[in-house]
Amino acid sequence: MSDISRRQVVLKIAMLFNGVVGALLAIPIVRYLFSPVSQGRKSGYENWVPLGSLDEFPSGQTRLATYRNPIANASDGETADIPCWVRNIGANRFQVFAINCAHLGCPVRWFPQSELFMCPCHGGVYYADGSRASGPPERGLFEYAFKVLDGKLLIQAGEMPTPGFSAANKTLINITRQPPCA
Amino acid sequence: MRLMRTVGNWFDERLQLGSPIRETMQHPIPRETASWFYVFGSAALTVFAFQLVTGILLALIYVPSAGEAWNSLQTLNHQVTLGWFIRGLHGWGSNFMLAIVMIHMVQVFLFGAYKFPRELTWILGIFLLLMTLGMAFTGQVPRFDQDAYWGLGIGASISSRLPIVGPTVVKLLLGGPIIAGATLSRFFALHVFVIPGLLIAFVGLHLLLVLKLGINEWPMPGRLVRRSDYMEKYHQLTHTEGVPFVPNGIWKDAIFSGVILLAIAACALYFGPFGPSGQPDPRIIQTAPRPDFFFLWLYALLSLLPPALETPVLLIGPAIALVVLLTLPFFSGEGEKSWRRRPIAVLTILLSAVTLGTFTNLADHAPWSPVMDASTAAAIPAKFVTGRTPLEVQGALVFQSKQCHNCHSLGDIGGKRGPALDAVAVRLTGDQLVRQVLQGGGNMPAYGKNLNPAETTALVAFLETLHPSAQRPATDASRSDASLAGIQP
Repeated sequence: MSDISRRQVVLKIAMLFNGVVGALLAIPIVRYLFSPVSQGRKSGYENWVPLGSLDEFPSGQTRLATYRNPIANASDGETADIPCWVRNIGANRFQVFAINCAHLGCPVRWFPQSELFMCPCHGGVYYADGSRASGPPERGLFEYAFKVLDGKLLIQAGEMPTPGFSAANKTLINITRQPPCA
Repeated sequence: MRLMRTVGNWFDERLQLGSPIRETMQHPIPRETASWFYVFGSAALTVFAFQLVTGILLALIYVPSAGEAWNSLQTLNHQVTLGWFIRGLHGWGSNFMLAIVMIHMVQVFLFGAYKFPRELTWILGIFLLLMTLGMAFTGQVPRFDQDAYWGLGIGASISSRLPIVGPTVVKLLLGGPIIAGATLSRFFALHVFVIPGLLIAFVGLHLLLVLKLGINEWPMPGRLVRRSDYMEKYHQLTHTEGVPFVPNGIWKDAIFSGVILLAIAACALYFGPFGPSGQPDPRIIQTAPRPDFFFLWLYALLSLLPPALETPVLLIGPAIALVVLLTLPFFSGEGEKSWRRRPIAVLTILLSAVTLGTFTNLADHAPWSPVMDASTAAAIPAKFVTGRTPLEVQGALVFQSKQCHNCHSLGDIGGKRGPALDAVAVRLTGDQLVRQVLQGGGNMPAYGKNLNPAETTALVAFLETLHPSAQRPATDASRSDASLAGIQP
């Protein structure tokens, strides 16, 4: 009997040993799997990226601009070329809207005649200032923070905005805190 | 012949699989289950095996890289001999597999097969359904085109609404901050390794249970399932009155599977492969993404739900549906099996089918989507502008140039997002039209800021002409001439 129980103890030790080895190996595997999340937390995905010279965005107009995502790999191909809508309100004040509808992320299109953004998917519509006009979106278009540097327009971008995306919401709050234009 | 037997015996002495295989083939089944109603499970298995084969064939050419995937699909479609046909087989095989899995599920539900002792078989079946849907969803992504790109955006936007963990889930789903190379790679891994591996394991368990517990007997109205005596009765049905699975049962399975494979091949040959649509370049925004057929109902649901209900329904609805399906055998594990005596079961199936069918049909027309090019490509039918005053014709121009046509139809041409305006003057007076145009409301944007008074006057003058000749336009009773009002009867 004592012999059997000794083997059982050895077996338990062996299983425990394998459990420890498994747990040790699990740490790098989990860290690898969660790298898209942890990387974003460490340095942040967002960076200032240039959209082009100010001349490309005439006052009073809304134009399509594209930028190369600040974090991109060689295998990303064209998917890292992200479009956005730039609205020049005048006096070097801009609004830069994400292309993604605030409902489910489809690409919104600008209609200068009626001054509306329309979404082809579920029919979300926004006014020229990005606020919600009609349809299923629960909020206005996502906005990027912008700054003007050496005659160039820069935006803070790098992450696809989604309804639950904190950075996009944060940016919008910053903009509403700006003093109203003269 | 003798050599073959010698070789066969040599292998069997070592493998010792011969007698268990023979035993499995000869296992007795209830006589009535050798039926055409019992062929869907085996057909699903056949199509799954077919998908594995065609999937491997596609993987010989396909490049799972965001920069190359679309080009490699073009190569498959246009350069590799019969590459288009193999793509067609895999695409149509996917549709057939989903359809057969659904039919199989409806059949076992209506035949009460989930009741004692086959609860676990049903539960594994639910997981198999989820994995099949998972295969269909992840399978849209490797066809890396515009629909796949924006479809991923929709998936990410839905996931982002999860409380607290939403943004984390989005990054895990996309493999980074945006839809890019890492996204395609991980959906490829899910579609090619993870889910098929799980499917193989679960299909194995599902089949093992069918063999261990026996196929569900043909339900007879009034023959109730009771835990106390079911096994005994079932033993009688199989071992006393039953027939061997081979050949009595299997020949119908074999013929049906063959017919299904032929049908898949015929569809692939006649209709060809699915897509790819335009290049997955986010800068090409002239696109109207649509999901694959089996997710059209979801597309309709997302358009028709009131905004405030959308997130709760999206997040809680699937969880409730899953719990109901998984616990079904526990609150209805005994009793009547026959659908003839289970009206609520039949109504549930009918209601689900009608709901899904209606949503799918609606999504095919997508009346909620504006027609994005109506203002430039769809002319107002001539009957609405002939014989009108210059002011009214000017109004028709405003209607066209201000994109009203994208959401409102005239003579069935244009968008269906808003109401058709063929007879709007019967419903609204001139003043009401002005108010509606300038202030919007009722899901219409306000045009007050970008219509000047002249444009508004012209537009409303045009809209006031939109009534059938036999129907008088709406009038404001409070404004009508008092003397005329006195004359009218």
